[in-house]
Amino acid sequence: MAFESLTDKLQNVFKSLKSKGSLTQEDVKTALKEVKMALLEADVNFRVVKQFVNSVTEKAVGADVMNGLNPGQMVVKIVNEEMTSLMGSDTSELTFAPGKSVTVIMMCGLNGAGKTTTCGKLAAKLKTKGKKVLLTACDVYRPAAIKQLQVNGEKTETDVFTLGDDKSPVIIAEEAVSHAEKNGYNVVILDTAGRQQIDEELMDELARIKASVTVHDTILVVDACTGQAAVDVASGFDEKVGIDGVILTKLDGDSRGGAALSIRAITGKPILFAATGEKPTDFEQFYPDRMASRILGMGDVLSLIEKAAENVDIETSKNMNAKLKKGRFDFNDYIDSMKQVNRMGGMTSVLSMMGMGGKNMPAIDEASLKRNEAIIFSMTPAERADPKLLNPKRKHRIAKGAGVDIMYVNRLVKQFEQASKLMKQMGGSMKKGKMGLGSLNSLMRNLKI
Amino acid sequence: MAGIFSRLSGFFSQYEEISEDFYEELEETLVMGDVGVSSTEEIIEELRKRVAGQKTGSPEECRLLLSNIVKERLDETASPSDYDFELKKCVILVVGVNGVGKTTTVGKLAARYKRLGKNVMLAAADTFRAAAGEQLDVWAERAGVQIIKGRDGGDPGAVVFDAIQAAKARNIDVLICDTAGRLHNKKNLMNELKKINSIITSEYPECTKETLVVVDASTGQNAKEQAREFKEVTDVSGVVLTKLDGSAKGGIVIAIESELSIPVKFVGVGEKITDLKKFDSTGYAAALTGSEELVAREEEKAKDIEARTVVYATEDGKGEVVVGASEQEKEDAFAFFRSLRGES
Repeated sequence: MAFESLTDKLQNVFKSLKSKGSLTQEDVKTALKEVKMALLEADVNFRVVKQFVNSVTEKAVGADVMNGLNPGQMVVKIVNEEMTSLMGSDTSELTFAPGKSVTVIMMCGLNGAGKTTTCGKLAAKLKTKGKKVLLTACDVYRPAAIKQLQVNGEKTETDVFTLGDDKSPVIIAEEAVSHAEKNGYNVVILDTAGRQQIDEELMDELARIKASVTVHDTILVVDACTGQAAVDVASGFDEKVGIDGVILTKLDGDSRGGAALSIRAITGKPILFAATGEKPTDFEQFYPDRMASRILGMGDVLSLIEKAAENVDIETSKNMNAKLKKGRFDFNDYIDSMKQVNRMGGMTSVLSMMGMGGKNMPAIDEASLKRNEAIIFSMTPAERADPKLLNPKRKHRIAKGAGVDIMYVNRLVKQFEQASKLMKQMGGSMKKGKMGLGSLNSLMRNLKI
Repeated sequence: MAGIFSRLSGFFSQYEEISEDFYEELEETLVMGDVGVSSTEEIIEELRKRVAGQKTGSPEECRLLLSNIVKERLDETASPSDYDFELKKCVILVVGVNGVGKTTTVGKLAARYKRLGKNVMLAAADTFRAAAGEQLDVWAERAGVQIIKGRDGGDPGAVVFDAIQAAKARNIDVLICDTAGRLHNKKNLMNELKKINSIITSEYPECTKETLVVVDASTGQNAKEQAREFKEVTDVSGVVLTKLDGSAKGGIVIAIESELSIPVKFVGVGEKITDLKKFDSTGYAAALTGSEELVAREEEKAKDIEARTVVYATEDGKGEVVVGASEQEKEDAFAFFRSLRGES
């Protein structure tokens, strides 16, 4: 029983407003009551919500209803503008040390926010920008934290600096920086232990690290599903240590992420990156305006397009578009398309980016996607290129090869026709820079075997 | 910081009567504790009813009433048999999303049962996260218990299977299975958990099974979805609320209890191996509603009243219990008893 999306709720409220034709105090109050509830359900901090609702009320009551809009739409317009201006519309970047000196990035946050995992992801991201990165294990408290960082370093082919767990994090940080200076590293990422912002002793440790090495970016790592305490956490870390930015983790979950708005409103610090999955590459630039729509419960289609643009192999899609135009779409293309979806983080993440996450998400049976792949890989190149070749004898052979019942092969071939039509639509609309939500949805239905 | 101030302002309350502003402040206290909008509205509604019914006049009493309502809600799903699994041969499956403190909770549980004289074994069924096995190794060593591990990246179901066979062979009382953190909206990972769950049921039907979903106290409304989805794939029988030593109040457990009927069984309150406590609904409700001092004072008063309770002799020669007798009454009663014994 997920809560209704705000859009649904507002639509119901606005039905009653529509007929009135003007934006009265009462209209605004009714509409904003729903907005307030939705924001609180999305874990936006109570005080931030109060302020937000007040400022929207001020702007909305007595505002002229613009031409072509009904009163309800006018309130939404104002809500959306206010939200976006609160979140900020510009993306923010890390700052780097000038010239050839070493940039030091210190990661901090509550226990379990995902600091160590994020360190690996950030290292991978910076490496793609040509930086030589040194991960540094400053968590000497949590059992096996060092080992975890080392494994993440291996995965992303990044060097890890450690002095074991019997040196103080301050000394480790100092030695890591001088090691980096001597060995031509550009960036040092300090992985610190998780701590509560009310733990004076441990907070002091972070301050001491900052006092002994020049930290360029102090980054607070925050779990996207954090509740009301997000404000206390962010302002606590900011007051005691001083933070420059925030990384929001576990955004691939179905939480609304209201913490992002709270932190932004209370501390004014930018959110730099969003972590969106278990793989080292599940890490992206944070777009504040899009987060506003996630909190409000709108789909984040823009983000999907961006990811698609980054990951879709230009040559492949050129070829495919040519084929589509000629009406020739075969199983090879089908596999290519699925690969591209996988590169975007899999069906689940593509759908959640489109606002179809949570309860609305069609059940994704990853196993059946795999089965399809097995069936296609059991075909000969000739069969893949020309599905018409598939007679019963060949189908039996393929079923045996893929280790599945022939029923699945038949189903796949049958649905291939429909799916290829949809791929055609997707291919066409992606070229125009738009991807139809409906077409992806029906594609999903067709792929559920 | 804000938490402290709001609580203080509550205590030296500027409210002399129960006003709408006062209700609003209580509502804010609950929402800020992550209780959620609908649960908060229900609780405040109930409070208004009781205030009207009891004609309570003082804001302080009102605050106590609020604490009681929260406690009652929490106690509704609790049952005296909630901890019976601890008395039997049992398998405890520990589940939850990433980073909530599952492995640490497993370590603390192990220490708890070891202290109680049990034969404890851990199963490291988180074969996914980097160094999860090593982390559990350290806890096993600290608690002084056995551990069964698998290969990194191996099948977690196989680890659980092996651990069950080992537990049977070595006459283990408590087998605790750590699992990988997973977001509840990932179907394939949830199916993996379902499989682990059914392995326990089919391979060890004679044991008592306890499934604990671990929830981070700082989690907001999404924790409801978490608990619900984990309950879908396993037989969740209790919640462990971790990191209650921070500023977060973990009010989300109220929504979890009332919507999903899963009782809170343990709370994690620190980094030490002994920092796992059985859940105490009275203390928790007091902390959540910002009325610890009031509740403590009430308890003192209760004790005091008990101390001042005397048995009075009545005219017909029988006794009568008088609660909260004054010093003078007490003195009179004692004098009477002395006279009965022939003392002056």
